[in-house]
Amino acid sequence: MFEIFGIPSAALFGQLLIGLINGSFYALLSLGLAVIFGMLNIINFAHGAQYMLGAFAAYLLLELLGVNYWWALLVAPLIVGLIGVVIERTLLQWLYKLDHLYGLLLTFGLALVIEGLVRNRYGSAGLPYTVPESLTGGTNLGFMFLPNYRAWVIAASLGVCLATWFVIERTKLGAYLRAATENPTLVRAFGINVPLMITLTYGFGAALAAFAGVMAAPIYNVSPQMGSSLIIVVFAVVVIGGMGSIMGAIVTGFGLGIVEGLTKVFFPEASNTVIFVVMAIVLLVRPAGLFGRRT
Amino acid sequence: MSMEQRIEAAAPTASAAHSSRSWSEPLVFVIMVALLVIAPKAIYPMFIMQALCFALFACAFNLLIGYVGLLSFGHALYFGWASYLAAHSAKVWGFPPELAILTGTLTACLLGIISGSLAIRRQGIYFAMITLALAQMMFFFALQLKFTGGEDGIQAVPRGKLFGSIDLSDQTNMYFTTVGIFLFGFLLIYRIIHSPFGEVLKGIRENEARAISLGYKTDRYKLMAFVLSATLAGLAGSTKAIVLQIASLTDVDWPMSGEVVLMALVGGLGTVFGPVAGAFIVVAMQNYLAQVGQWVTVIQGVIFVVCVLAFRRGVIGEIAHHLRIKL
Repeated sequence: MFEIFGIPSAALFGQLLIGLINGSFYALLSLGLAVIFGMLNIINFAHGAQYMLGAFAAYLLLELLGVNYWWALLVAPLIVGLIGVVIERTLLQWLYKLDHLYGLLLTFGLALVIEGLVRNRYGSAGLPYTVPESLTGGTNLGFMFLPNYRAWVIAASLGVCLATWFVIERTKLGAYLRAATENPTLVRAFGINVPLMITLTYGFGAALAAFAGVMAAPIYNVSPQMGSSLIIVVFAVVVIGGMGSIMGAIVTGFGLGIVEGLTKVFFPEASNTVIFVVMAIVLLVRPAGLFGRRT
Repeated sequence: MSMEQRIEAAAPTASAAHSSRSWSEPLVFVIMVALLVIAPKAIYPMFIMQALCFALFACAFNLLIGYVGLLSFGHALYFGWASYLAAHSAKVWGFPPELAILTGTLTACLLGIISGSLAIRRQGIYFAMITLALAQMMFFFALQLKFTGGEDGIQAVPRGKLFGSIDLSDQTNMYFTTVGIFLFGFLLIYRIIHSPFGEVLKGIRENEARAISLGYKTDRYKLMAFVLSATLAGLAGSTKAIVLQIASLTDVDWPMSGEVVLMALVGGLGTVFGPVAGAFIVVAMQNYLAQVGQWVTVIQGVIFVVCVLAFRRGVIGEIAHHLRIKL
């Protein structure tokens, strides 16, 4: 063990690690928001609620059906993604011709409904979700102790983020998506089923949020309000990064997680607000956001 | 059809020259004042006072969304912080109520200048996210600072004597003071939207690029509207602190921001009387459903969804549309 700036290395790196973990959730969620916004022109306020549903789905799968963490990681996003598809088909599809703001208002209402229903059923107190057997324990790196589960979360979210980036930027499907974002009418004229793409995009975005939720379940308590506070921070992340680029969302998400972690070490009382302060500074210096194009 | 066009559709006479005064608005205003005078005989005055504070809050919020097309998702910031400052100055510094309310209102004005100048740097959906994030930041401040009393809030705020003579602990005095403050704010907003300044705001709402090309410095207009809206929201929050004798975290937290959006939406965005009706509907619903506790959130959420899908003009907007009058 050694010290850096008078802070024991274990504490410093421990907070950095927590920062990276939070950052991976910021990245996953802002990525989902950006993908949905690109396709549907809707800011999905229900994203936090979908993240929370993912965590609850994992909890219930384990409690009721004995489905383990690894299967939950696959099944919970599928369930929430399906719910997302239903939401898009029944509610969101009527809004595309309206002002963007209506999408925000409707999904805000959805978030209230989902959170309220879950709270009625399970109360406000958190429910515990144990770390899967295969990921307990950790590695001593000499300057800090790295729990295996946390390492896995960072690796997995990085992997999912990069895979999403790859699909959107480097494959034919992604090319269709980007084209449909630019000019849906023209893409439809080429015989591509744009409405289906929109539906699946929303489902995929919801599934991403749920995936983050499942990974968060063993770290934080599974509680009805875990999504609502997070989504506001993610909004700030989106404002800082701008929704123009996928890479931007990933970099900003992880970067701000680290900033938050470091703040916890040096000014613990400011750790809740640091991301919002960064947002204010970015708005002063670069109103369009770090990766944004002037709108 | 964009929101702007919808609001236009709700007010078919709006395209007429603004010099043509509508007869319906003053008429409804007189009816509203008459109702407020006789209402305490029939309805619990405390409920009306509470609803009036929220009505002014919703009107202030509506000034932005209905007339400039800016959706603020963080208006709890001004409402809540104003109520903290009003409560604190009345209780700890011993301010009389009129000074306490002024203190709270000026606080909101100052916060409006700071956060407004940040938020108007982005358009549309980003604007909404920025206002929400800034409000959340100030919520954490309220949570951590000592004077707000944290989870307990500031309780037992003295109502004191208005101008040193009118005792506000008397319910009737408090009631008519609240009505007076509400009408002052309401008429001020009415003046603003029917003034040349208000016409420019509507122009920005319709087509900002065009307003810029006509030589209007739209950012200044937007900031001005934002600060006015924040200040009036602060007036509402300060009054609420004196009326209910409490300032608490609920007033600065994000659900409060959502609630005021709901009030304006239910009543009718971009209508003069809509936010008032919406505030009464939502406050009545909350009081009525107080027993079912958690279901209130679910019901509010459902109302949001239904309003956006099928009822975008709101109650007053629909009435105005069918009768073809301005409200």
